[in-house]
Amino acid sequence: MIRVENLFKSFRSKPVHKGVSLEVQEGEIYTIIGGSGTGKSVLLKQIVGLIRPDQGEIYVDDKRLTTLSEEELQDVQKMIGYVFQESALFDSLTIGENVAFGLRNLSDTKEPKITEIVREKLALVGLSGVEKLKPAQLSGGMKKRVGIARAMAMNPKILLYDEPTTGLDPVMSDVISNLILEVKKHSGSTAIVVTHDMKAAYEISSRICMLYEGKVLEAGTPSQIRFSNNPIVQQFISGSSEGPIPVPTIDLV
Amino acid sequence: MEEIKLGAVYSVGARILLLAQSCGEVVALMRRTMQWFLRAPLDRRNVLMQMAEMGARSFSVTSLTLLFTGMVLALQSGFSFIKVFNEPLYIGRVVGVSIIKELGPVLTALVFSGRIGAAIAAEIGTMKVTEQVDALYTLGTNPVKYLAVPRFIAAITMLPILTIYSNFIGVVGGYIVANFRFQIPGVVYWDEIYSMQISEVSHGLIKSLAFSLIIVTTACYKGFKTSGGAEGVGRATTSAVVTSMVLVLIGDYFLTALLTALHIG
Ligand SMILES: Nc1ncnc2c1ncn2[C@@H]1O[C@H](COP(=O)(O)OP(=O)(O)OP(=O)(O)O)[C@@H](O)[C@H]1O
Ligand SMILES: [Mg+2]
Repeated sequence: MIRVENLFKSFRSKPVHKGVSLEVQEGEIYTIIGGSGTGKSVLLKQIVGLIRPDQGEIYVDDKRLTTLSEEELQDVQKMIGYVFQESALFDSLTIGENVAFGLRNLSDTKEPKITEIVREKLALVGLSGVEKLKPAQLSGGMKKRVGIARAMAMNPKILLYDEPTTGLDPVMSDVISNLILEVKKHSGSTAIVVTHDMKAAYEISSRICMLYEGKVLEAGTPSQIRFSNNPIVQQFISGSSEGPIPVPTIDLV
Repeated sequence: MEEIKLGAVYSVGARILLLAQSCGEVVALMRRTMQWFLRAPLDRRNVLMQMAEMGARSFSVTSLTLLFTGMVLALQSGFSFIKVFNEPLYIGRVVGVSIIKELGPVLTALVFSGRIGAAIAAEIGTMKVTEQVDALYTLGTNPVKYLAVPRFIAAITMLPILTIYSNFIGVVGGYIVANFRFQIPGVVYWDEIYSMQISEVSHGLIKSLAFSLIIVTTACYKGFKTSGGAEGVGRATTSAVVTSMVLVLIGDYFLTALLTALHIG
């Protein structure tokens, strides 16, 4: 479904990806973990074609992104729902208009039906009666959930979640994790989830991969990752500052 | 020594390259805007909203600017003519030509840069740094089509309309001073205004149309190029205003030369 081959990307000579390869099967929930700044968001953005790789190939549904024209790329983007790390809600529109945005612009769904879908998707993320509010009136976690509802509104074949549970309370985190699972079961969609939440990662993932220093360090099923004997993976998933991953030294005088 | 010289050459070279690249990008943005303008059905609601906002935002400042410009023009020309002819002649002619051919279009465009150019750059820039522009793509909407085209249409219709209104206010300002300060009869003043040629009026309006293109393109371009958070939005906004004001003033000279050569006005 999604194949990334030997991807290279740098920003002003600062390398982010140094040969990332991975493959996501149809119907899978593929989780990407890795330290802050290792390029997880940049990887997702390359998969939807928001950022062009310097080198390497990305195939989405067997279409080679680097060779597509602007219009063909837009067709690929239409089958992908993207949950942004910082929500990226349109702040001049109401919550209802945000969630309805794709439906109004891309489909010929009729208005009463759209209102119904908006209400239903917002209910799925635990929000109701917020349609008329503006994004500025919501809390960070609420905005995040609206972002999820907006990405799901079109029932896309592929969903990319950039840290969907970061900033949510533990209960709501679990609700969202279950929702990601349910959506996959219901519609058979494929998902890539970037997360720091290891509990959620074990629960929902078909496979987990860890990005480290611009490459895929290790990929495997949740239990393979959990019992990996790579010390870097072990340090990361156990969340310890002691180990091979370089960390700042604390030296208070 | 050699190294210093080379360094200077490199930095000048880099600046020229950057400028050339920006020019290319501006042209590309204009082309894509035109393509979407021709291809996509007009988003009427969005365009009308933009037009209303542009009008509402620039209306009061433009009125004030042009009223006093017309008044001061009448005052200055009145006194100058008294010195030469002992009589305040031709005030209507001087005010009419200066306002309608030059000051109306230019001053309105400068106010428009400050109010509308800044607002466009800030809005699009904020959307860029908060990834809303990216979100548009992922929801199947082209940002140029959704953000640039309505602003583009609204600006090229609103600035000329505002200019016509400004011309009127400027001329009224001139009338107030001519009539109350120099006791010029209204008939005389307005006759001089009505004696202006259609071509002189079009001269000003053609320029104002060109200014609207300069302002809206610069502002959209700066908005889409924004990076670096809130600070970046601030930078983009200032830069959009300064750049479009400078381009309007420079463009004014060359357009005037061109239009005069074509015997328009
Ligand atoms: N548009 C950009 N221009 C320049 N550098 C960028 C840009 N986007 C990302 N980067 C850089 O790329 C690196 C990876 O960023 P990215 O946002 O992908 O990290 P991440 O893995 O998602 O981190 P986090 O877990 O904190 O979200 C960072 O060092 C960042 O500074
Ligand atoms: Mg990220």
